[in-house]
Formats: sequence, structure tokens, C-alpha cells
Amino acid sequence: MKITVDQDKCCGAGTCVLLAPDVFDQRDEDGIVVLLDEAPPAELHSLVHEAASVCPAAAISVTS
Amino acid sequence: MSEVDDLPRFPFPVDAALEPPAEWAELRSKCPVAHVKLASGDQAALITRHEDVRQILSDPRFTRPTPGDDSARVADSEDGGIFNSDMASVIPQHGEAHLVWRRGIGKWFTAKRMNALRPGIAAMAEQLIDDMVAKGTPADLKASLGFPLPVWVICDMLGVPDADRDRFSHWSDVMLSMTRFSTAEMKAAEQEFTRYMAGHVALKRANPGEDILSALITDPEPMSDATLIATGIGLLIAGHETTANMITKMVAMLLSDRSRWESLLADPSLVRTAVEESLRLDANAGIGMSRYITEDVEIAGTVLPRGTTAMCSMAAANRDEEAFARASEMDLARTPNQHLAFGAGAHACLGQPLARTELQVVLEVLLRKLPSLDLAVAVEDLRRVEGLVVGGLVELPVRW
Ligand code: HEM
Repeated sequence: MKITVDQDKCCGAGTCVLLAPDVFDQRDEDGIVVLLDEAPPAELHSLVHEAASVCPAAAISVTS
Repeated sequence: MSEVDDLPRFPFPVDAALEPPAEWAELRSKCPVAHVKLASGDQAALITRHEDVRQILSDPRFTRPTPGDDSARVADSEDGGIFNSDMASVIPQHGEAHLVWRRGIGKWFTAKRMNALRPGIAAMAEQLIDDMVAKGTPADLKASLGFPLPVWVICDMLGVPDADRDRFSHWSDVMLSMTRFSTAEMKAAEQEFTRYMAGHVALKRANPGEDILSALITDPEPMSDATLIATGIGLLIAGHETTANMITKMVAMLLSDRSRWESLLADPSLVRTAVEESLRLDANAGIGMSRYITEDVEIAGTVLPRGTTAMCSMAAANRDEEAFARASEMDLARTPNQHLAFGAGAHACLGQPLARTELQVVLEVLLRKLPSLDLAVAVEDLRRVEGLVVGGLVELPVRW
């Protein structure tokens, strides 16, 4: 799995961080997404897919 | 004019408190862009499919209507309610200025902060539930818990003393209701609240604390007083009635078929997905979000000409069979759940991590403290509040 995030699209809703805090974080300055782990372990994959599909700004992409 | 008069009136009337109007499914399949007449008498294009609602809401070219543009008004009160008021125009709605404002307050609404708020919110929920229990069964869960909790949370967030919570509740109630109070009463509440916030902002400037206003005041790029005041008011308006009603509707949905409540008691790890599913199936979410279409755009094969007001019904979109398997069923474990209850795109609800946290915490605490909770009336006897911006229930009688 490889994750990319688009910080320009991100609307800072924090949905991904609440789902997968080991993979996503938010910048302290403005709440915009920060990727902590672009290739997380298998047990986190389903949460990461969920985060990508529910992101309100469609700012997360995942390739396998 | 007679042409507009012949159009179907939106919102559509519904009898059952927790059920959607039949028109939604019909429009989704046959007429995804429907011309309707709003309560104000103005015309709008009603959008009901998931894909289309998402597309319009996330198109950065289109924003919430603001007073200067020639968009449809939602209500019949003179100025079209709070979303068209002067206050709404102080908070930037468009482009770069909106982005700067949003990122400024977004700083405070991080998921990390929300997790830190959990114990405090749980303590407030416990206190409210204890008070409700002390008064005896049956009780109105809306008045006892749903309505006060979010206002307590927002007061905390703004650094407002506990003693002023009741005044906040009152202002919020009056300002958001477009039907129960007169325009004069709404104006008076707005003025009183604005005066209070002006004083409160001055206090915070002199003596900053841990709250969001102090964070904005001490920011390297501080906001003007007018924007700070409007932001405080805006947060109460955006975050109180929405969350209050959602707590009430969520508990109603979960108790209306008690096997749902029992599933949650048996497996509380379902709380997170159950909250999302309640948001998705909320059939009384208000009229939806409007967008002023400033350039021609094609939606579901139809061109919406510039100058159109598009009314996006997120609640109708959330029941779209094209987007959700068995869309009309409540599946407490549904994952992923791409509902649009919080909107989408650059204007998607900024308070959503807070709303989610409140809903999850309330549900956890209720399951733990009142496992025997049940409706004290038949589901058919639950009655709707016809708010335009936010819909809800008049009350939620429960016993335990
Ligand atoms: C269940 C509860 C809630 C629901 C259903 C809800 C729903 C929404 C929706 C649909 C929008 C999008 C408006 C648009 O697209 O034009 C929105 C925007 C917003 N919400 Fe919420 N909301 C809730 C709770 C909250 C809370 C608790 C707060 C904060 C205290 C909040 C703050 C905001 C703000 C500031 C915006 C404007 C964002 C912008 O324009 O950039 N909301 N909300």
C-alpha cells in the first residue's frame, strides 16, 4: 500500500486522524493533513481505505 | 410568476418523524434536477443524487449564497434568516479569505484536541444524565441531554463561564428558528448576543485563556474584533442546534427498533459506525445546503444555467441506492460510510470532528449508564420540528 495526500485539497476536517492516528496527523498551524506513514502495515489497511473513501475533500489516494 | 406557483413546494411534507418523504426516491430515479418552490416563494433546482450533491458541494466555484448575489432565499421572513444576515457576511464565504479564516479556526478543531476533550464531554453527559434520572422516569431526552450538552461544549470552547450557558441556549434557539419567533425577536437576540460577544472578546484580549478565541487573538495573524465576534456567534449557530437535534434523532432511531440498542449493548465497539449510520439515515436534516451557481454547469445531463440556486439535499443523497448497498436499511456496522451529512469539499463541516466526538461520547455514556433505556411513546407519536436549517424532534420521551 502507498498513500498520498493532497494538502491543497484538504479541508482539515480531521476525519482521517480520528480513524487512523498512526497514519495521519494534522499540522499544528492550521489542521491540514500530514502523512505519518505512507506505507503502513497490513493491519491498518482497511482503516486507511476507509479514511480515503470518507475524506470530505477527496484528498487521500491509496495505491496497492 | 404563475409558472413558479405551479412548481412543487420544497421541503416536502412528511408525517412520520423518522421517515423520508416518498418524493426523494422518485426524484433520484426520475428527475435528479427538479425545479421546486421554496418557502420564500423563490425557485431553486433540487439535487437529490449522491454523486451530483457531492459534485456541486465540492466545486470550489460555487459557494453558499451571500446577501449581495441574486440567489433564492430559503425562508419567508424578510431577510431569509440567519444565513443571509449581516453576521454571515462578516465571516468570509468565498475564495482566499474563506480559506484563511477556515485554516485559522481549523487549527483548533484538530482530531487530537477532540480526543483530549473526550473526558470533559463524558463528564458533562454524566452530569446531565444524573440530573435527568434524579427527576424520575419518564423524561424528555432532548430537553435533558440533547439540547444542553452541545451548548455546554461550545461555551467551554469559547471560554464562556458556566453561569452564562442558559443565555447561550436561549440566543441560539431564537436565532435559528425561522418560524417560532418573529423577525423582531430574532433581531433582538442577535443584537444581545453580539453585545455579549463583544464584551467577551475584550475580556479575552485583556486576559487570554485556553479557549479558541484566545488562540485566535494570540495568533501571529490576529483576526479583527468583528471577525472574532462573528466567529463566536457562527460557531454557536453552526454547532448547537445541529448537534442537539442529531443527538436526539440518533437515540430515537436506535430505540425505535430496540434490537439496535441491544446490538450496541452487546458490542459497544459499534458506537463509531452506528453514529455514522445515524447521520446517514437522518431523514429530517433540514432542507439541505444551497449553492449559488455562478457559471453554467452540467449535472446529470442537464445544464444548470448561471444564476440558478441549487438546493443540495444531502439527506436524499444519503439514501441513494447507487451509492449505498441496501440504502434504506440501518446497518450499524456499515463501513465505509460516505454519507454527506457534513457536506463535502472546501465548506464541509469544520466542526465534524467535534460533532462526531459528542455523538460518540453521548452514546457510550447512555449505553453504560442507562442500558434499559427505551422510548416512552410509540414511534408513530414522535413529532417533528420543521426547522428549515436543521430539523429535529419536538421532544423525545424516554424511560429506563
Ligand atoms: C451533527 C452535527 C452537525 C451537522 C449535521 C453539521 C452540518 C454541517 C454542514 C452540512 C455544513 C456545510 C455547509 C455548506 O456546505 O455550506 C457545515 C458547516 C459548518 N459547520 Fe457543521 N454540522 C454539525 C456540527 C457542527 C459543530 C459542532 C460545529 C462547531 C462548533 C460546526 C461548525 C461548522 C462550521 C464553522 C461550518 C462552516 C464551514 C465553512 O463554511 O467552511 N458544525 N456543518
